[in-house]
Amino acid sequence: MNTEELLRRSSFIELGARERSGALLDAGSMRELIGPFDRFVSPWLAGQGVVTQADDGVVVGKGRIDGEPAVVLAIEGAFQGGSMGEVGGAKIAGALELAAEDNRRGIPTRAVIVFETGGVRLQEANLGLAAIAEIHAAIVDLRRYQPVIGITAGTVGCFGGMSIAAGLCSYLIVTREARLGLNGPAVIEQEAGIEEYDSRDRPFIWSFTGGEQRYHSKLVDAYIEDDVDAIREKVRAALRDGVPPRHRSDRHEAFLACLAAVDPAQQPRPAEVRALYQRGL
Amino acid sequence: MTPANEPSRGATWLSALTANAPLAEGYPATVQVVDATLAGEPARYIAVVPDPDNRFPRVRNGEVGLIEGWELARAVREIVAADADRRTKRAIVAVVDVASQAYGRREEAYGIHQALAGAAGAYADARLAGHPVIGLIVGRAMSGALLAHGYQANRLIALDDADVMVHAMGKAAAARVTLRSVEELEALAAKIPPMAYDVGSFATLGLLWRLLRVERPDAPSSADLDRVDTCLVEALADIRADARRDLSGRLQQAPRQMSKRVRERLRADWREG
Amino acid sequence: MERIRLEFPAGQPARHRAAVGVVGSGDLEVLLEPNTAGSTAVSITTSVNGMRRVWEAVLTRILGAAPLPAMKIEINDFGATPGVVRMRIEQAFEELNAADGK
Repeated sequence: MNTEELLRRSSFIELGARERSGALLDAGSMRELIGPFDRFVSPWLAGQGVVTQADDGVVVGKGRIDGEPAVVLAIEGAFQGGSMGEVGGAKIAGALELAAEDNRRGIPTRAVIVFETGGVRLQEANLGLAAIAEIHAAIVDLRRYQPVIGITAGTVGCFGGMSIAAGLCSYLIVTREARLGLNGPAVIEQEAGIEEYDSRDRPFIWSFTGGEQRYHSKLVDAYIEDDVDAIREKVRAALRDGVPPRHRSDRHEAFLACLAAVDPAQQPRPAEVRALYQRGL
Repeated sequence: MTPANEPSRGATWLSALTANAPLAEGYPATVQVVDATLAGEPARYIAVVPDPDNRFPRVRNGEVGLIEGWELARAVREIVAADADRRTKRAIVAVVDVASQAYGRREEAYGIHQALAGAAGAYADARLAGHPVIGLIVGRAMSGALLAHGYQANRLIALDDADVMVHAMGKAAAARVTLRSVEELEALAAKIPPMAYDVGSFATLGLLWRLLRVERPDAPSSADLDRVDTCLVEALADIRADARRDLSGRLQQAPRQMSKRVRERLRADWREG
Repeated sequence: MERIRLEFPAGQPARHRAAVGVVGSGDLEVLLEPNTAGSTAVSITTSVNGMRRVWEAVLTRILGAAPLPAMKIEINDFGATPGVVRMRIEQAFEELNAADGK
């Protein structure tokens, strides 16, 4: 890429949640629901001496994409690691539920979720977990009518119960910087030991859970440069593709067949994972 | 806690509730599937149990790993497919006693997040198709494992016992991640119900349909079995009488009032003008 | 965690509102809304205790000089330096002014 191209690029990763939401919707169409001035803050954090953010770290942007009604749910990774608390989780689940209801009434509202999250907010534990279950339920409901698009750009990535939500999406878009995995590296190291997973070895972590690896392992659908226009275009293209004939999460036979060929006595190597899934999925 | 080599609570309750009916064939040792009855109708019961000889070394204590996630999906989707043209959909009972999701290199490498999505999606699709899905928590119900197995149920029932625990992360790990001591965490949990580990506190959040006391949670007596079975039968009737197939029943109690307010406000502002 | 309230004389009510920043480590969120004429009311929630004097000094510099519109300023702070505080408040002012131009 030459200097001109580099200068033309506009980083999506550097945008906060509010800007990301606005960037993905048709220009001028964004209307934020339960915005910061409504002050729907976490009822659980002040009592633990944690400063709240006015939007609880989730931006609900209602508007249009390619002229069709859409809602973009963008998680603010800079607030508490993008972790899901009661209010932020309810904003996502509630918006997805309303989108599904719209579809049942003939309004083709589609949804995009920007995942920048470590999973459950431990300061809200069971209410964060419950909200995530409701997000799962709402994605499965909505994706019967419209594709649900997930984006993970970085720098936080997508972990915990929200990685399961990503796995339920119709299409997943990632960048090189992104990571998508169930457990945070530090937790795996604590539970399984440093030989199993070295949480300080960044190349190691990206080699298994980074965007490029996930793309070549067919666990995500698009691997895009960190550019607002490119990501926006990819979202539109995915929406035009419509609901896939089979969601990735519905393909238990194919995944089980692949895993049957794995020798669990050995540790996996990234290239093996790619080869296995490229052959079998 | 059950000593090693004895059946887990999940396995014990699965076999007790199904009167020792044979396990469905073709599933791995960690995923026990039994086709039995509930309220006299055919129903499928599913549990994830420990396998100390599991080929996957990080899945030997009742965790939900790669294979378990996809096999749960298979167990549920089989029933949905079989009943696709039937008016009455069979009940699916998730007997929940799951230590956690599996933590390991193999698991991350092969996409355990996707395997758990397979399970969660299957249960959610079953519920949306009209299958009554009941989650019966008899032991641990932790984090990703619960999201995959139990949390998509129409109704959640838990035993009222000190070894029944619902949470997002084990205490020691949670303490480390939040940079507190375990004692500090326990002190917080005492005043912040969503952070608590005991099932009594969990019950105040409005996520459970019933909390059930039994005499011998580790080895149910016949009175215990009757009690739980009656509750399952009532849950089944409650689900069948409910036109809704969603999880909105979990929004009734005071600790979740913000969850309700958020939804009300979104609805009020959804349409422009 | 500490809450600090400060007040400054001001002019006519601001004509718009603005929200900038994030409650991230070393950063802050600033919400700016119109207040009744005559005063700007600042309400700070900060994760760092014992810095009241510093907040007074920083905000006096920003708000105590030229006549500014009357605003309600809510600050949610997670350990930002005075430089970052100033930057975010000025960013909020810019948003206000940009809204004026529309």
